[in-house]
Amino acid sequence: MSDVRYLVSGDCAVCVEFGNEISPEINKKIRAFKIAVEKAAIDGIVETVPTYRSLLVVYKPEVIGFKALTKKFDEIMNNMGNIEIPAPVVIEIPVLYGGEMGPDIENVASHNGKTVEEVIKIHTSEEYLIYMLGFIAGFPYLGGMSKEIATPRLSSPRVKIEGGSVGIAGEQTGIYPVASPGGWQLIGRTPLKMYDADREKPVLLEAGQYIKFRSVTEEEYKEIEKQVNDNTYEYVTYAKKEVE
Amino acid sequence: MGIKIKTGGFLTTIQDMGRFGYQETGMSVSGVMDTRSASLANILVGNDENEGVIEVTLMGPTMEFTADNIIAVTGGDLGAKLDGNPLPRYEAVLVKAGQTLSFTGLKSGARAFIAFAGGLAVPAVMGSKSTNLKSKIGGFEGRKLEKDDAIGFAAPKTSLTNMDKRKLSIPDFSAKEHDLRVVLGPQDDCFPQSSIDTFFNNVYTIGNEYDRMGCRMQGPVIKHKVGGDIITDGISFGAVQVPSHGNPIVMMADHQTTGGYTKIANVISVDLPVLAQCMPGHKIHFRWVSIEEAQFWYCKEKNEFKELKEALSAE
Repeated sequence: MSDVRYLVSGDCAVCVEFGNEISPEINKKIRAFKIAVEKAAIDGIVETVPTYRSLLVVYKPEVIGFKALTKKFDEIMNNMGNIEIPAPVVIEIPVLYGGEMGPDIENVASHNGKTVEEVIKIHTSEEYLIYMLGFIAGFPYLGGMSKEIATPRLSSPRVKIEGGSVGIAGEQTGIYPVASPGGWQLIGRTPLKMYDADREKPVLLEAGQYIKFRSVTEEEYKEIEKQVNDNTYEYVTYAKKEVE
Repeated sequence: MGIKIKTGGFLTTIQDMGRFGYQETGMSVSGVMDTRSASLANILVGNDENEGVIEVTLMGPTMEFTADNIIAVTGGDLGAKLDGNPLPRYEAVLVKAGQTLSFTGLKSGARAFIAFAGGLAVPAVMGSKSTNLKSKIGGFEGRKLEKDDAIGFAAPKTSLTNMDKRKLSIPDFSAKEHDLRVVLGPQDDCFPQSSIDTFFNNVYTIGNEYDRMGCRMQGPVIKHKVGGDIITDGISFGAVQVPSHGNPIVMMADHQTTGGYTKIANVISVDLPVLAQCMPGHKIHFRWVSIEEAQFWYCKEKNEFKELKEALSAE
């Protein structure tokens, strides 16, 4: 890990920088380091924030100073080979595509010379890496969408997009966690709550996990929505298969 | 009961030291803008520093007490009055049910803090009483306080040990020019040395766009080596962002968790309260300190708070 840099980010945080690009390899290193830091349970660490390029570690200087903390990071880095990093989890996100839930799916289809069915097939075929969450609580920055369904943002953004809306913006796909304005091409909606302040785990997704979209019928959508509201919905997850 | 709001004021919110532990989900920390004033207010009334206080911005609220309690008002001088008479600032004061706290107008500083002995009876959301205005959670119903809001006291008190000693000298908030100490990083290497010199050798003026999210300043342009955009990275309270336009923006309590602009430096924790009490038009001079020095001052202040708490709680 010779490329890693410890960057001062104020007197209560250090940015552990792993690279300056968006890549699954860098994300993997950040995730592994985050897990290793959590396992080390260093006194004084408040929280860690993974991003595309780095892990921001927030700490209490009255417990541990910058030099002592980064020395501990060196030890962790040197010992990475001995730490077991579990395979990332893939979480299935049911989506009702098209119709009033996804009013722009025909735009996406015609922009790419495809049928709506082909757009759904392509969108549900990949496992998308959650690089990070940011912008607002629960908003995932996803990687790995096929260029075959890439579509520019709407020329005029919508004033309100419902929470759970699934959209495409350029070569990115994403989910709006809560209602907000936005210019993404909306292709569907999930009945899962990406964010719920009253839930024990308010934000459903975690950086480093993967998302797999699954196309559902209107009946299934309604059934899942009901289960989510009753707290009886069982999330479908599986361990990511390594492809090296 | 506790307090009943008669008028809400400009921006009156419940805040503690912030909602930590959820930034990885994109949830901002929030919390008080001026940690020093809020900590002192809490200590004066015998609370933990992290207890939720009311942060009052520029034009204060009017509130009626519906139960007795001990309060302390700290921070800028916003003209605090109790039943029309000047309320001593930086002092624990016993207030009675039926009395009214009002703010007649800004004299110095920008924000005042009201601490209530035993705290306010609002639920902690994700471990914090801070109001997050964007996510609409925490504090009182996730929003600023307005007319007719009623908030209870959690554990009001009518007496505290050493009541006669619960009084501090009042800091002077009248200066219009300020030194703000910063540590360089995390992206100081995106700037040539000449730009670092520009940043430290000139005066920056606080503009009108100054809210709980950030403080925009104008001054000589700080040029980048290549550009002001980076691949998105984490943000700390006090980060000095320099987007491509070359003018600094200091990230304040409600800042987003992540962002895609270069950050040349970070205001040190003990100087952020100074900035929190600044107004548009104030002049800022950034001063370099090492990370070791920044953490020395941070620990020194923490220690002073601890000593003050111990002195006040001694029998």
